[in-house]
Amino acid sequence: MADDVSKEIDDEIRNNKIMIYMKGNPTFPQCGFSAATIEIFQELGKPFHTVDVLSEPAKRDAIKRFSNWPTIPQVYIDGKFVGGCDIVREMFTTGDLQKLVDHAFAS
Amino acid sequence: MMDAQDIQRCLEEAFPDAQVAAADSTGAGDHFAVTIVTDQFAGKSLVERHQMVYGALSALMPRIHALQLKTVTPSEPNAR
Repeated sequence: MADDVSKEIDDEIRNNKIMIYMKGNPTFPQCGFSAATIEIFQELGKPFHTVDVLSEPAKRDAIKRFSNWPTIPQVYIDGKFVGGCDIVREMFTTGDLQKLVDHAFAS
Repeated sequence: MMDAQDIQRCLEEAFPDAQVAAADSTGAGDHFAVTIVTDQFAGKSLVERHQMVYGALSALMPRIHALQLKTVTPSEPNAR
């Protein structure tokens, strides 16, 4: 059961260049940190996929173990864990996030 | 309900040479903002730095709803 969820996460981060695990959805985020993260990716203008962990409690626990990261939101780009809201915000400010996203969509 | 002092003490133990500043961002005892300045972060990515902090706080994490982290080394430009 737990392995099924890990497999699902594995597929999600593989099949989506930008994968965001969040509380709520982009239209109705249920947490300020998820909202701030979505705003940044909307600004970057590339397609991204989200999973609402509030509607999938098993995935909420699984993603924390999967990433060794205790909080939501969590962002994966090109199958690689990037971080949570603070890291994404900092990388957006320095321009590193733009570079990472451009690189992901160029490949 | 937790005190910023609990977080402060826990981090000072885990990072003995660091400058640590922990604050309760909302006054409600579950949203905190933490700045840690230490050479221990040198050569580490942001993810690794945050994982070090989360690891140090693992016993307290279940009672923390939100934690804003700033993790820098003394020589980095935004260290103050």
